[in-house]
Amino acid sequence: MTVDTEQTTGQEGAEPTQKEPHHIWRMVAIWAVLAVVLDLLFYFLVGPHVPPGDMTSAASENQFDFTVLFLIALPVILAVWVYLAYSLIMWRATRKGVPDPVGGAQARTHLGVQVGWIATTTVIVIGLFVFGTVELITNAGAGGGEGPNPIWTPTSASVLPVQVIAQQWKFTYRYPTYGGFESQQLVLPNDTTIAFHVTSLDVIHDFWAYQLSIKADANPQLDNVAYTTTKQTGSVTVRCDELCGLWHGAMFNYGNVVSKTAFNAWAKATQVATAANTKLLPPFSWTYVPDANGADGGYYPDNVDPYSNNEVYGATPAKA
Amino acid sequence: MSFGGRLSVVLGLFIVAAGFAVWAVVGFMLPTSPTVDFTSAQPAGSAVNLTVQTVGSIGNGYGDHPTWVSYLVKNPQGQWIHATIWKVPAHTRINLTVQQFDSGSPLRNQQWGRVQGTTGNVMLLNGKLIRVYNSNTGNGVGHTFAIPTLGINVPLVGVSPNANNVCSQAPCSAPSSAVNIIKASFVTPGPGNYAWQCFVPCGLGFLYGNGGPMSTVGYMGGFLDVVS
Repeated sequence: MTVDTEQTTGQEGAEPTQKEPHHIWRMVAIWAVLAVVLDLLFYFLVGPHVPPGDMTSAASENQFDFTVLFLIALPVILAVWVYLAYSLIMWRATRKGVPDPVGGAQARTHLGVQVGWIATTTVIVIGLFVFGTVELITNAGAGGGEGPNPIWTPTSASVLPVQVIAQQWKFTYRYPTYGGFESQQLVLPNDTTIAFHVTSLDVIHDFWAYQLSIKADANPQLDNVAYTTTKQTGSVTVRCDELCGLWHGAMFNYGNVVSKTAFNAWAKATQVATAANTKLLPPFSWTYVPDANGADGGYYPDNVDPYSNNEVYGATPAKA
Repeated sequence: MSFGGRLSVVLGLFIVAAGFAVWAVVGFMLPTSPTVDFTSAQPAGSAVNLTVQTVGSIGNGYGDHPTWVSYLVKNPQGQWIHATIWKVPAHTRINLTVQQFDSGSPLRNQQWGRVQGTTGNVMLLNGKLIRVYNSNTGNGVGHTFAIPTLGINVPLVGVSPNANNVCSQAPCSAPSSAVNIIKASFVTPGPGNYAWQCFVPCGLGFLYGNGGPMSTVGYMGGFLDVVS
């Protein structure tokens, strides 16, 4: 450990030849200037462009969280780099007057530095834990799936439910407030709080709507709820983020956030256009049990009695 | 053992391991299905006729899995080929004809009973115009031809499993075997590789029905290789 006391250099017993500068204060000064300058540059130049953007409340909240994390992480990594660079320059072996690197007072620990390091990192970690928890609570789960019984819910009085149904290898969407029609397209109204109800008909998938900053696992027979509020119109990319089989890489689609008027027009038109098929869908439900519904392959029985006592997705259960 | 000997052993093992890794990666990346080229089969700008058939068992003449369900495609020379990578021109009308020789069942998700993404969002089933097929009736739906990224879905209605002329293995021929002829058209987008697949979990004997032929390129899925 380098100490910041005045020391002599040269071999043990040799006459003092040169006064050592206050290395640690030099490093602190360099670090402080760099940290302030780079943090400010990051905040003003990069911050507004940090993913996932600000298309929804969850997105802008996550953008803010990522920015805060980076602003805190940058000084930490700068401290390491400044120390490394300073050491390489000031105490390189070829530099004149560099003290022997072993033994003596120079190898002793420095209580102040140790306590300072531990205290600082402890405060940062615990602070971030508190910050992250507050962000989750105040932002209704911050766009993450909260399971079937969310404990952090939005304050908005009006919430549009959209069901996300994952199946190998495609997401489809049901709109229960519009007669329960099902669509391959994800279309959302702007300035609206959305409750995504994510479920699966087969294996575990993951619904990741990047620009919306929504990410929720799609589990069979489980309703995983995630919230956000749309703030801008635009295009949305949806990907499956859980390795789910051969065509996992092709399991993506694009959606749109449109004005409320355009959304209503689209929803009503789609409701009419899909009416013939909607009649054949099972009644809307938060989860579906797809067994006994034509799924060959041995895991789910194919049209055998008795059908599941729960809801089924597809065929109307035969009466026993 | 001398240092040189130990070094030789380590290097030898490293070379064997590296060779195995390269072999595995290359084997994984190489396509498991040949490509059938439809780009030069007709004059530029004219429609491409794409004729395929679905069979319950591919049979002994087409590789290592004779019991697997599969698609076959008729190449421009009129031969049935076991291939699911089809090269077609961009911005071109594709006239799709499916000879469906397999039986069906209710769909896991009736959403795939709705014809989508084709010209007019319709298909012809044995000459009859269909927009939505109720898979819970009749013989159900055996397979689908779907290109998810393009929003295309065509339900392939099953034949009666009780028919006395159900085709047992490929290549099947119509009309001597029980068959449903499904026709639809769509227009290819710009150049790119577009995965297509069946949405009926028809991998008999595999977990969830989505293993085996559903998870192997060359059987119930492939690519539409759209070129300029």
